[in-house]
Amino acid sequence: MTAQAGVDVPVVRPQGRATRWLGGDGAFRVAVTACSAVVLVTIVAMVIFLLVQGFDAMRHYGFFSFLTTARWAPSEATATSSSPNPYGILQFIYGTLITSLIAMILAVPVAVSVALYITNFAPLRLRRGLSSLVDLLAAVPSVVYGFWGIFALLPALKPIGGFLASTLGKVPVIGVAFSGPYFGYSYFAAGVVLAIMVLPIIAAVCREIFATTAGSWKEAATALGATRWEVAMVAVYRPSRTGILGASILGLGRALGETIAVTMVIGNYVLSINKSILGQGATMSSVIANEFTEAVEPFHLQALFVVGFWLLVVALVVNIIARRIVAAQAAL
Amino acid sequence: MTSLAIEIEAYAAKRRRRSAAATTGLVIVMVGVLAVLAWVLLYVAVQGFSALTPSFFVSNPPGNPSAVGGGFANGILGSLIVVGLAALIAIPLGILAAIYLAEYGRGRWSNAVGFFTDVLIGIPTIVTGAFVYSVWVIHFGFSGFAGSLALAIVMLPLIVRTTTQMLKLVPDSLREASLALGASKRKTVTRIVLPAALPGIITGLMLAVARAMGETAPLLLTALGNDLFTEANPGKRMSTLSLQIFDNAISGFKSGQARAWAGALTLVAIVLVLTFAARFFARRSRVAQ
Repeated sequence: MTAQAGVDVPVVRPQGRATRWLGGDGAFRVAVTACSAVVLVTIVAMVIFLLVQGFDAMRHYGFFSFLTTARWAPSEATATSSSPNPYGILQFIYGTLITSLIAMILAVPVAVSVALYITNFAPLRLRRGLSSLVDLLAAVPSVVYGFWGIFALLPALKPIGGFLASTLGKVPVIGVAFSGPYFGYSYFAAGVVLAIMVLPIIAAVCREIFATTAGSWKEAATALGATRWEVAMVAVYRPSRTGILGASILGLGRALGETIAVTMVIGNYVLSINKSILGQGATMSSVIANEFTEAVEPFHLQALFVVGFWLLVVALVVNIIARRIVAAQAAL
Repeated sequence: MTSLAIEIEAYAAKRRRRSAAATTGLVIVMVGVLAVLAWVLLYVAVQGFSALTPSFFVSNPPGNPSAVGGGFANGILGSLIVVGLAALIAIPLGILAAIYLAEYGRGRWSNAVGFFTDVLIGIPTIVTGAFVYSVWVIHFGFSGFAGSLALAIVMLPLIVRTTTQMLKLVPDSLREASLALGASKRKTVTRIVLPAALPGIITGLMLAVARAMGETAPLLLTALGNDLFTEANPGKRMSTLSLQIFDNAISGFKSGQARAWAGALTLVAIVLVLTFAARFFARRSRVAQ
């Protein structure tokens, strides 16, 4: 059909979905939605691929046999024998948990105090600068912390390690957890390095939570004659306790997975659970970093993927719990 | 004064003392944390400057790790290439995903994406490395590009989160004005909202790049390292600054450790410059204060 000669046909652009699509609106929407899917796809793919890579070893030795022994001796692995499993990972799980626990015990009170100080006590013009400086702790790369840890921290911890061994180490029952001698490379040193690394993360989240507590509560407490410390406790700390828990678990998530710094100061002892925190050990992440490119024994590489799979499971669980708690606090 | 008044005053004095003591305690903790920061930075600076020579930036490590001298030129180049490619992958993906979350996302899907973005931030990077090994390295071998993939996964959630926050800070009146003038939603987002949030977004990007620069664990399983010669082809195994610091730090040779200190100083300097530059952009941001 052609337009009649001499008659101006106004160009009316068709309206509605079709044009908006052709004009890029719909395509744009699809594109951004697709990009958002990458995050979810990545997480799901991680679980699947690690499981697939570790599958041969899991089938050969049994799914749970990795979790029931604490001896990692790849040189004893053969292609045929399936029992006992030479790739026990209990000691790595223990190492991950104990170093993270030490880090939490040291870092949480300090991080909460720092956040409380910055948000409620520090002179106003210092607050921004202090926040930036604490954040700077998080900017230092892991490998630098590890290197610094070997040469600066290990010698500095020597008197503390010796003190722990000669006091707590002599106490019955719990003494075994602190028995010496202390040579440097240890769960304890790894825990201290982790504490420094997770401190800025916990402090940053706490700072945000403390900043969102109701100003009216602070004013009410002040009007009632509360001292500055009492105001901070009643109107800031107490209502934020859930959030502090969430922040701590976020820090825990980071501590559980931290690799390079831990690998450099923990000593990488893989043959059993070392009961003393002053002794050497290994974590789930450190054994992967240490042995991955040299995994030549039968099922060695697959067993490392099994370690990675369980590490991923632990990290997912911890992070999901932490995010739920932080979100619940934010919604208050 | 009655005895009651004296008692009250005594109690108030006790509370004031407690407050003062607690404040002092907090100041001590704060100073302690700053002291640790100073200890780390100064230690690296002192060790690094005593080991740093001009040739460090232009020469490769000696073939024999116990030999003195040499530098991390190939690692510095490798870091730039690997992180650069990672940024090329992660930045567009991250910004587009953030646009979805901030401008389109409603309901369960977008909640899930936002939630799992935060979860992905907490995934150990060594696991990310193992994942990239299983999807890429097994088929195509160790390569700088595999390292880029791993670092892109590390950077992506960081970029998504900060960009989403920055986009959400742009006032709705800007969007409404644009739409009222007849602009499509795509135009509104790309021409109005994105530019308004740009300084804040750049801050987030720089922090993500700084984070990727320092990552070591995932690169052990992907880029692997290559100390022998300068490799500029990301299809081949490649050294990075962080990998060379790690290898030389645990080498057990004084000469290797000296190179590692020089490398650590270089890496910290790069990261700090990026961090401070990011803060500079953040301060220039109109919407994010």
